[in-house]
Amino acid sequence: MAGPSIDALGQFSLTTGLGPLGRAINFTNSNEAMLAAAVIIVATFAIGLKARALVPGRVQALVEVLYEFVQNMCLDTIGEEGRRFFPLVFTIFSFILLGNLIGLFPYFFAFTSHIAVTLALALFVFVFSTAVGFYVHGFRFLKFFVPAGVPGWLLPLLVPIEIISYLSRPISLSVRLFANMTAGHVMWEVFAGFMLMLTAGLGVYGAIASVIPLGLNVALVALELLVAGLQAYVFAILTCLYLHDAVHMH
Amino acid sequence: MDPQSAALLAKDIGAGLATIGVAGAGVGIGNLFGSFVSSVGRNPAARDAMFRDVLLGFALTEAVALYALVIALVILFT
Repeated sequence: MAGPSIDALGQFSLTTGLGPLGRAINFTNSNEAMLAAAVIIVATFAIGLKARALVPGRVQALVEVLYEFVQNMCLDTIGEEGRRFFPLVFTIFSFILLGNLIGLFPYFFAFTSHIAVTLALALFVFVFSTAVGFYVHGFRFLKFFVPAGVPGWLLPLLVPIEIISYLSRPISLSVRLFANMTAGHVMWEVFAGFMLMLTAGLGVYGAIASVIPLGLNVALVALELLVAGLQAYVFAILTCLYLHDAVHMH
Repeated sequence: MDPQSAALLAKDIGAGLATIGVAGAGVGIGNLFGSFVSSVGRNPAARDAMFRDVLLGFALTEAVALYALVIALVILFT
């Protein structure tokens, strides 16, 4: 027996936009959201930096707060060499932050809820930090997998474990962001489905009782706002930590 | 019981079992914030310095719960 079921994952399917031109080049709603995120970041910075006041106005203050937040994160985690990586970390942080935030609005698409997008970002960070490690240290970077002060008989056990945990970094980085976004949106859809099923099944009493899932959904909006910012921060700080490992090798 | 409904039954049971894994994350996150609260009680001045590491630890622990949730969703929907 199968009653009315809630289609939790249908909201993540891609549709093409921009009419016939979009269908020709497969310009999906995910691409639209990414383009919107990029345009919003660039426009905010263009407007904020145009004023150049010593005492900043509102937009300039917002831009300066974001800049200093990410720059302090880079310098504290990577050290003085962090200045070279600051543009990369800031791009990743702001792109993921806006991707998460755009998905919070109804009928908009959260492009970070697709594993393809988050895996691409995480693989880039992984390959880039490994390449930086080999560039700075040469083949001595492989000594990263041999921690200092380990007795020799333990090494054949420890080095494979270290290598496997290093190779699991892109997986954990991508799945963390993807699962957080997907779980949030699925919970919204499921509780909204509960509201509709209550109203359809129990009539007026169901409509009154559906205030409970509605209240849960409103609380979930607050939680998802927190999660959106937190996941962008965690992705950025883990990027900084991996770059610290690559540059300092401990 | 015919194979198709047996498969649906097994899917539901498997998804339910996979969700047990999120319990560990509940313990870990409660532990983390409990020790944060007690260390702020001992040394309130260290609160801002410590809070960033608390958020990082929370997100890393939450990720493990979400791995279990992803497996449950994969079992349920494919």
